[in-house]
Amino acid sequence: MAELELIGGYPAYMRESIKLVEKTRSRRIGKLPPQMTPQEREEILNLCHPDYAPGGKRAIKVGPNAGDIAPNEVVDLLEAYPLIEPNQIDLSRIDYEIDVLIIGGGLAGTSAALLANDSGIPANKILLTNKLRHGDANSMMAQGGTQAADRPNDSPVIHYIDALGGGHFANKPDVLRALVEDAPTVIKWLEELGALFDKDADGNFVELTGGGTSRRRMHACADYTGMEELRVLRDEFRNREIPVLEFYPAIELLTDEENKVVGAILWNMETEEYKVVKSKATILATGGFGRLHIRGFPTTNHYGATCDGVVLAYRAGAKLRDVDTVQYHPTGAAYPQQIIGLLLTEKLRTSGAQPVNKDGEEFVFPLEPRDVESSAFIRECYIRNKGITTPTGMKGIWLDTPLIDIINGEGCTEKSFPAMVRMFKRFGIDMVKDPVLVFPTLHYQNGGVETDPQGRTNIEGLFVAGEVSGGVHGKNRLMGNSTLDCMVFGRRAGIYSAEYVRKGVKIGKPGLKHVEKYLKMLKDAGINTERRSPILLPDYRGKAVLARMIDIF
Amino acid sequence: MAEKKISVMDKIREAGKSITSGVAEEDIKYWVTIHIMGKAYRVPADLTIMQAIEYAGYRLIRSCGCRAGFCGACSTVFRRKGEYKLQTAMACQTRVEDGMFLVQIPFSPAEKPLYDVKNEELESSVILKYFPEVARCVSCNTCTKACPQDLEVMDYVQAALKGDFKAIADGSFECIQCGLCAIRCPAEIVQYHMAQFARRMYGIYGTPREKNVEKRVEEIKSGKFDKEFQRVMSLSLAELKRIYTEQQNTREVY
Repeated sequence: MAELELIGGYPAYMRESIKLVEKTRSRRIGKLPPQMTPQEREEILNLCHPDYAPGGKRAIKVGPNAGDIAPNEVVDLLEAYPLIEPNQIDLSRIDYEIDVLIIGGGLAGTSAALLANDSGIPANKILLTNKLRHGDANSMMAQGGTQAADRPNDSPVIHYIDALGGGHFANKPDVLRALVEDAPTVIKWLEELGALFDKDADGNFVELTGGGTSRRRMHACADYTGMEELRVLRDEFRNREIPVLEFYPAIELLTDEENKVVGAILWNMETEEYKVVKSKATILATGGFGRLHIRGFPTTNHYGATCDGVVLAYRAGAKLRDVDTVQYHPTGAAYPQQIIGLLLTEKLRTSGAQPVNKDGEEFVFPLEPRDVESSAFIRECYIRNKGITTPTGMKGIWLDTPLIDIINGEGCTEKSFPAMVRMFKRFGIDMVKDPVLVFPTLHYQNGGVETDPQGRTNIEGLFVAGEVSGGVHGKNRLMGNSTLDCMVFGRRAGIYSAEYVRKGVKIGKPGLKHVEKYLKMLKDAGINTERRSPILLPDYRGKAVLARMIDIF
Repeated sequence: MAEKKISVMDKIREAGKSITSGVAEEDIKYWVTIHIMGKAYRVPADLTIMQAIEYAGYRLIRSCGCRAGFCGACSTVFRRKGEYKLQTAMACQTRVEDGMFLVQIPFSPAEKPLYDVKNEELESSVILKYFPEVARCVSCNTCTKACPQDLEVMDYVQAALKGDFKAIADGSFECIQCGLCAIRCPAEIVQYHMAQFARRMYGIYGTPREKNVEKRVEEIKSGKFDKEFQRVMSLSLAELKRIYTEQQNTREVY
């Protein structure tokens, strides 16, 4: 088969560029470009960040945030019709009658279930439902770490300021304070449940910095941090025999006469049967929107990250905030084709890997906040034309990973980044010896359903936790604050939903009045569209097949 | 200026379109034929098994998760043309090869015993108490060969027989719990569940508690930072920006 010839995973012309990277390597050790000033950061964001470039957003026409700006891909889902007609659904038969319904089984949902249970809700009065399997979540893919200010030279206040500045001072102060003050408790909790964090010979955590964090406070489990955290919590969950449904996404929330959220309609993705859940409290932990491919960017995200929770909550009247900003992670894989968009953890740069252009020149401080760093990469590729073009037409810049072993000693890369080394090795590239090609990739939904420090929304009975929520990260999240967000607010939503139930909330008849109302709003706003939401999963089927597909069975 | 910005975004969209909105035939130079559950499909040679299955027209519900090698959803069994051996792989992390015959494994029906780690002790018998099948290991190494993470699965099963919790933890740490080892094991051992139990036991009883974090939790509980929070939360935006910049300038780098 006459395929492009590769040398150590790269075609010859990319090898030429790698030689230039090798040439400058020794000169670059220990010498980093200066950090940008606040003015410089502002300028580059305006020049190159996808959020700031015109053409990607529009105002929402209907609902609680009418008039607010959001990415077109998100507005498309908010201005879309429900998957069901309200009168199609028989609500007289309740399949599950429980206290706490949790929608989504990543770190946030699983933490919520455990803490609701700890707070006195019996296991059989909790139900955790998942669109795919329990644990199918972006949490599982979190590599770099979890922030917690626990070292003597650090404090929750310093963590607070870092996150506030990183978030462009738009974070909700009381929610952010909850995040940083609960952080050490979360780490301690995980440790007590048996999670294996990286520790030194004295038994202290090995902690690193991230972009925009001023102290070393990243707790990691090699580059499998989220996986280790989630599989430990899930194991604990399973041992408590908390009921769980898989391949059962929620397709609509249910509300009573007072517009309290009182459960949801779930849908079996395989048999296509629906189930009615009546619940005193409902926690949305459905994650973010990476699979919407905003502005046509590839993504690091899980297959199921399709914005479902925001759509459902919005129809029930929940307020959103900061949905206008999208996080692009600077270092997504840009080569080879098979892994485009996948995450290369920020911890690589924390450990010494430097971004350099096709001539092997450094052009940016490696650890600016993610939005600034991403903008610098885009400028290098598309304005200064110093990127490397791949055989499939992507552009990228080099992340000089061999520096990690040079700086930290031989074997460091394999020990600290087994997942990364393994991924590249599978496609013929040795990242210990050769740099890897990167380009910004769609990573995180910064905003979402507005939350308070207890995980509550403006709709009674509806709690949120994790990426689906908005407020804690402002306009830009820092590394290590997402897994933290999931666990802090998952725990809090568990605790406070249990309290809400214990106080004896009286709920009425579950209904779909809010959906009828929303339908009317869409019609009144003149929104005539075939679009329906939530979309549940993206569609990557080949175009040629789709063109000849007929629906007859 | 505005024009230029739009064109950058359009160029980025164009460059990534095969990944985000499906592959168009006219862009493909190299092709292979693969057999999905026995049916032959011609697919672009550049794709992973998962992308190829989608290209062929299948919309995945099972056997697809993180698409990045972390979740263990896309276990795949395949055989290369002309070979008798069955291979295992994650569909999202393996490139298609011409002539491969493949099927995805949608579910692993292994049983997970229930336990409460808080009431156990770190002794070798505790593993056999919950996972008696471990004693049936015949050291055939099939589990190791099946592991798509290339872990030395049999070695950690053997370590379990010796009660060496650290060796199990180290040997199994990168396990993505896909279940391929258990499905292939002739002794019906559920290696990945056993390893999960052992890692937690090791974490709880085999490693010392970290002291900084315990101290900090107590400090927060006692309200040590309350005053500082009150002060910071009452500052003007300009003041906050000044403090933030100062803090960034005194950062710990590596």
